[in-house]
Amino acid sequence: MAIFLTENSKVIVQGMTGSEGMKHTKRMLASGTKIVGGVNPRKAGTTVDVDGVDVPVFGTVAEAMEKTGADVSVVFVPPAFTKAAMIEAIDAEIPLLVVITEGVPVHDTAEAWAYNLAKGAKTRVIGPNCPGLITPGASNAGIIPATITKAGKIGLVSKSGTLTYQMMYELRDFGFSTAVGIGGDPVIGTTHIDCLQAFQDDPDTAAIVMIGEIGGDAEERAAAYIKEHITKPVVGYVAGFTAPEGKTMGHAGAIVSGSAGTAAAKQEALEAVGVKVGKTPSATAQLMREIMQAL
Amino acid sequence: MDLFEYQARDIFAKHGVPVLGGEVAETPEQAQAAAEKLGGRVVVKAQVKVGGRGKAGGVKLADGPADAKEKAAAILGMDIKGHTVHKVMLAQTASIEAEYYVSFLLDRSNRTFLAMASVEGGMEIEEIAVSKPEALAKIPVDAAAYHEGLSPELAEEIVKAANFPHHVADQVAATLVTLWDVFVKEDATLVEVNPLVKTTDGKIVALDGKVSLDDNASFRHEDHAELEDKASADPLEAKAKAKHLNYVKLDGEVGIIGNGAGLVMSTLDVVAYAGEKHGGVKPANFLDIGGGASAEVMANGLDIILNDPAVKSVFVNVFGGITACDAVANGIVQAFELLGAAAGTKPLVVRLDGNNAELGRQILVDAKLPGVEQVDTMDGAADRAAELANAR
Repeated sequence: MAIFLTENSKVIVQGMTGSEGMKHTKRMLASGTKIVGGVNPRKAGTTVDVDGVDVPVFGTVAEAMEKTGADVSVVFVPPAFTKAAMIEAIDAEIPLLVVITEGVPVHDTAEAWAYNLAKGAKTRVIGPNCPGLITPGASNAGIIPATITKAGKIGLVSKSGTLTYQMMYELRDFGFSTAVGIGGDPVIGTTHIDCLQAFQDDPDTAAIVMIGEIGGDAEERAAAYIKEHITKPVVGYVAGFTAPEGKTMGHAGAIVSGSAGTAAAKQEALEAVGVKVGKTPSATAQLMREIMQAL
Repeated sequence: MDLFEYQARDIFAKHGVPVLGGEVAETPEQAQAAAEKLGGRVVVKAQVKVGGRGKAGGVKLADGPADAKEKAAAILGMDIKGHTVHKVMLAQTASIEAEYYVSFLLDRSNRTFLAMASVEGGMEIEEIAVSKPEALAKIPVDAAAYHEGLSPELAEEIVKAANFPHHVADQVAATLVTLWDVFVKEDATLVEVNPLVKTTDGKIVALDGKVSLDDNASFRHEDHAELEDKASADPLEAKAKAKHLNYVKLDGEVGIIGNGAGLVMSTLDVVAYAGEKHGGVKPANFLDIGGGASAEVMANGLDIILNDPAVKSVFVNVFGGITACDAVANGIVQAFELLGAAAGTKPLVVRLDGNNAELGRQILVDAKLPGVEQVDTMDGAADRAAELANAR
C-alpha cells in the first residue's frame, strides 16, 4: 500500500512528446511505472517509441482514459497551456492529476482549482511547480529520481523537490511508502494536510516527514491538523530562516510578507503540537532515524 | 513584481479607476515641467516601495512649478528606510472629506481571491486588521467573476459589508468593478487603494495605491517588462537576470550555489548557523541553478558570485538527482575552463551527494582545481565554507 499512487496506477502524460515530457516519460517507464499513453491532439493515433516501448498517443485525456483505463495524468505542457491542460483533465474526471510545469500564472492555477471544486472535486490535483510523487518500487508520477531509495515505511510530504531528494537519500536505508512533492507555488492542489491525512490512513506508513518553507500559512494549518487528527509520529523541517522579507526565494510562493510566513513562526507552530523540528535536513533525518529505530 | 505608486496610478487610469492627474519626474526640472502641466497646487511624493515615506519627509505640498522644483530637489536622492529615491510623482491635490480602503488580493490559504474593504482608510491595513477587525470586510470573489467581471450584486455586497455611506455606495461599487478589471486583466496578486477618498465635492478618487503583478504571467503581458525598476536593481541581480539565473543578493560573505529552491534556502540557513561559530559570517546570496546544472549554467553562476566583492568563500551545494553528481562535477571542471584565471581566486567548498556521488567526487579529485576542496556532508561543508570566509 501507499498513498495516491500504486503499482496498479495507469499513467498518461500530457505533453509527452515535448523534450521534458519525453525525458521523464523514459525515466518513469524505466522505474516500472505503467505508462499507458500520451496526449497530443496533433499526434493523435500515432505511437511514440520510448526506449523500445511503443506508447500510443491520444487526442484527448478523455479518449486516453476510455481506451486505456488511465487513472493518473502527469502534465509537462508549457505554462501558457497548463490551465487548459488541467481543465481538460478535470473535465475527463481523471482521479489524479500531477502538474509538473513551473511558472504557471497563479490566476490560472486558482481558476483551474475553482473549476475542479465546481465540478465536485473529482480530481486530486498535485502541483503545479512540483516534482510529483513516487511510491518506490511501484510507480513514479513525475520527476523524482527513482534510484535514490527503496520502498519502506516513511511517508514524506514536501514543498521542495531537491529537499525531497535530500531527505529520501538521508533515510535511504529505511525507505519510503510514498514521497509527495506538493510544489512551491502560492496556490497548489494537494496540501500538506491532504497528505498527512492520507499517510495517517495508510497502514504501510509508520511515520511522516513534513518539509515546509517560508511563505503562506500551510505549515501552521498543518500543525493544527496534526494536533487533532494525526497519531503517527511526525518530524518536520522548515527552510528559509535567513530569508529576508519581501524577496522571493526561488519558488513563487516562498516569500516573507511582513510578519507572515516566517520560518520561525512555522517551527513554533509545529513544535507547539509535538512535532520534532530539525535545524538542518541532516538533523531532521536523524530525528526520524531515532523514531524508526524505536518502532 | 511590486509597482511604484505612479505605475499603479497609470494602470488604474488605464482601466477606468478614478484617479487624480499625476506625472513622474526624475529631476527637479522635470518636476517643474510636470507641475506646470498639472496646474495649481501639487503634491510631490517620493516613489519608494516601502511604507512610512510621509513621516520620513518624502511627501511635500508645493504651491506651483517653482516650489515643486525645490521640493523635488529635496526629496530626490533621499534615503527612506534604505531605499534611495530616484523618482518623484507629482499629483493634483484633492480636498478630502473621508478616507476609505479597498483591495482585491490572492487568498493563498483558501486558494481563491478576496475583496477587502473598510471605511477606516488612510492607515496601514495591517493596523486596521488588528485594531478594528470588525471594520474590515472580507468577501471571497468566486471564479465566475473571472470571466464575466465583478457583478454589480457582488460589488454591492462588498459595499454593504463594509458599511459605506449611502451617498457614495454607487460610486464605490463602480470603482470596485474597475479595480477588479485591473486585478484580472493585469494578472495582479494584489490591487489596493489606500486611501480611496471622498472629496468635499462628493467624488470618489483613488489617491494612493499598491499593485503587485505575477511574474509568472509576464509571457502574456509584454508591457510589464517596462515596469521593472532597473535604477534600484542590484547590479549583480541584474546581471544574473540577464543570464536567466535565479539569484538574490544578500549581505553576507559566503557565496552560495545550489540546485533547487528549497535546497538553496536550506543551504542559506545551514551556512548562517555555521557562521555563528566563525565570526558571524553569513550567506552572500541565494542562487538556484536548477535541476539541470549544466556546465554553462554552473559557469554563469560562478561568474556572478566570484564577481561579488563581498564574497570571501563559495559553497557549491548540489544534490545529484535528475542530473547525477558526475555530470555536475564535469560541469564544475568545465566552468573553471570557461572562467579561466578568474576561477580559483576564492576558495570553493563543494559538497556533492546523491546519485553517482562517488564518481563525481573522484572527477573533482582528479581535476585538482585551484582552491577547490570537497566535504561530503552539507553541514560539514557549510562549516568549512564559513571558516574559510572568516579566515580571509
